[in-house]
Amino acid sequence: MIPLSWFLILSAALFSIGLFGVLSRKNAVAILLSVELMLNAVNINLVAFWRYGNIAYMAGQVFSIIVFAVAAAEVAVGLALVISVYRRFNTVVADEIDLMKW
Amino acid sequence: MTTEQILWLLPLPPLLAFVVIILFTNKWRALSFSIAVGAAAISWFGSMVVFFNAINIEHFGEHVFGSAINWLPTGDTYLQIGVMADPLTAISLFFVGWTVLMIFIYSIGYHNFGKPKGDHDRQGLPPHGARVKDEHGHEHTDMSVEPMFSRFFAFIGLFACGMYTLVVSDNLLTLFVGWEIMGLCSYLLIGFWYAKPSARAAAIKAFMTTRVGDVFMLLGIVYLYTVTGTLNYREIFYNPEVLHTLGTTFTPLGISVASAIAILIFIGIIGKSAQWPLHVWLPDAMEGPTPVSAMIHAATMVSAGVYLAIRIYPLVSAGGGIHHLTPAMMAMGIIGAFTAIFSATIAVAQNDIKKVLAYSTISQLGFMIAALGIGAYVAAVFHLVTHSFFKALLFLSSGSVIHGVEHGALHTGDHVDPQDMFNMGGLRKKMPITFWTFLIGGLALSGFPFVTAGFWSKDEILADAFAHGQWAVYLTLVIAATLTAFYTMRQITLTFLGQPRTKAAEHAKETPFTMTLPLVVLAIFAVAAGWGGIPEGLTAGAIPNWIHGFVGGTLLEHPETLEFNFTPMMVSILISLGGLALGWLVYKKVKAGDPDPLVKPLGPIHVLLKNKYYFDEFYAFFVVKPPVWISEVFTSLWMDRIVIDGILHAVGRFIGRVGHAFRNYFDAPVVNGFGDFVGEGTKWIGKESAPLLQRGRIQGYMIASMTVIIILAVAFFFFLP
Repeated sequence: MIPLSWFLILSAALFSIGLFGVLSRKNAVAILLSVELMLNAVNINLVAFWRYGNIAYMAGQVFSIIVFAVAAAEVAVGLALVISVYRRFNTVVADEIDLMKW
Repeated sequence: MTTEQILWLLPLPPLLAFVVIILFTNKWRALSFSIAVGAAAISWFGSMVVFFNAINIEHFGEHVFGSAINWLPTGDTYLQIGVMADPLTAISLFFVGWTVLMIFIYSIGYHNFGKPKGDHDRQGLPPHGARVKDEHGHEHTDMSVEPMFSRFFAFIGLFACGMYTLVVSDNLLTLFVGWEIMGLCSYLLIGFWYAKPSARAAAIKAFMTTRVGDVFMLLGIVYLYTVTGTLNYREIFYNPEVLHTLGTTFTPLGISVASAIAILIFIGIIGKSAQWPLHVWLPDAMEGPTPVSAMIHAATMVSAGVYLAIRIYPLVSAGGGIHHLTPAMMAMGIIGAFTAIFSATIAVAQNDIKKVLAYSTISQLGFMIAALGIGAYVAAVFHLVTHSFFKALLFLSSGSVIHGVEHGALHTGDHVDPQDMFNMGGLRKKMPITFWTFLIGGLALSGFPFVTAGFWSKDEILADAFAHGQWAVYLTLVIAATLTAFYTMRQITLTFLGQPRTKAAEHAKETPFTMTLPLVVLAIFAVAAGWGGIPEGLTAGAIPNWIHGFVGGTLLEHPETLEFNFTPMMVSILISLGGLALGWLVYKKVKAGDPDPLVKPLGPIHVLLKNKYYFDEFYAFFVVKPPVWISEVFTSLWMDRIVIDGILHAVGRFIGRVGHAFRNYFDAPVVNGFGDFVGEGTKWIGKESAPLLQRGRIQGYMIASMTVIIILAVAFFFFLP
């Protein structure tokens, strides 16, 4: 069987790619995509720990399903916000949306 | 009702009248005076019942009316208070009842009941008169009603209550209570027209002067209580053992305890009965309305003083007697005789009709005190009674005269002083009732032989002095009696005889019946009251000397009857008629604007007399000025404003400086500086850091939060256990 560390390394790599995407991309839609990558990295962790732990104890799987649901909802809201921002500022570049600037 | 119950109730009606008038009925004049006069009448009736019950008892002095209740717990016994009627009380109730009732009735007319309200009258001033139209449409000024009519009746009600309390009490404590009630009432009534500065001053003077005496009197009462343990009359004055002990134990001063106590109480009497040297308040008391003068001079106040002197006579004479005068008796004899002649001389030079009477009162009271001083007990009581009647009569008559002249002054618009006798004259025809009653009173005062009461009582005092060889007292009193007759005739001549000297006197009018009726009643007594005391030697026992037999019973040892002697009686007749004739001869021809005929022959002496021997000035300088100086300059200016205020201001300034220093050198720089530094610093940090941190770039925020999370994660990893 593939050792647990492989899954964890995959997951960490995926999380780091997502984090890099969030910090480096300017397009708000791309930032949202990167956030999804980070969430899925977490899901891999959850499922892997379930598989290598007590299989009868279903919390890992259930948690990953809840994360899917929350991610779906978050994307719905996030995209709606992006559309709303676009309509108002005519851009989806995060740097140009600077209402909160001092 | 038993006589004892009546005695208890006697002071009550006037007191109730006072309360009811003050609280409820003072808006209704007729109701108020009805209540007051009704109350006086009830008390009068009760007094008469007591008097007639008393005179019907044989040896009344030994079987007196009395009842007492426990009042003040003193250790395991009680101080008892109660009422008692012995012959002295009974005869005092007789004259108090009559004079009080007459004065009450008189006051109705005197305060112009039924007259219109004054045009410019205000409370606290005598009425000024009102313009009225008579039935012919003729407009003139008439008298106006007193603005504080009801208040007057309330006050004299309280006054009467005080006198009744004093007379019916059986101990010195309740006597003192009545005594002080009268002190208060005299103050209130002398200052009745309180808007007049002179009335205010006179009220204060009367109160303060009598207070001087009262302090000593209270000391005497306390002394008496300490040595005997009781204040009851019967237990002290009618108890030979107590009197003997008091009369034979001696104080460190060398006089007996009895005399020491008697002299202390006598000082109170000097104040109340206006004897020299505390006589100054009585003439000034003329500032009050005339019924008040009558009240003070005849029915209450000064009579109360003499009443007390008579009451304590057993104490005064304890350890001595008629043939061996005790120190207290000597003090009384000297002060009384001196006062009698002293104020008689002043009366000669006064022009105010009431002032003359005031000084004559002082003089007559001096007669009574001197009589007690030489042991003429019955004579003193007798003169007290007759004097009350004729002096009440004289005051009320003089009030009637003033009233009449005031009416004339208002009617003619001739604004003269209605009390100055030189503005009068010829009132005989204008005011016949007043004239005749005043004449009777005046003759009684001067001792007109055989007819008047004053003759018999004054003669008894003189005869007593003569019989016991008290030559100094006798001669002094004889001269005083001559002067009395002289100034009384001067008064009658100036007021009633001759021709009117002013337009006001010309238009004087007889006063209403409420004023003349009391005059007539009192005039009857001014004559008849003397019949009870005619010496038996003169009539060979045909008319019994009732007063002597009755009043003498008050004492433990019945005073001896005098051997009748024609010499003093002839002297009395002579001086009385001589004084009267002289008065008439000197004053019969005084014209309007003339000075007093005595001014020229007497010269500077007249000035001295007119200014009352400068006693007021003397007291003002030596008695009033020093305390005023001490309070105004020493206490107020030096002690208070300089020393005490100085210390306070210094302390205040010092504290102020310290506070100022704290504020400037600690609070402002240190405390405020630190507070400001914290606030300003926070503000500065916020202002400087905000543009750096809040740049509006999402990735920036994210990096920041990532950094913090990593730092915290590292910290937790390494440092948490």
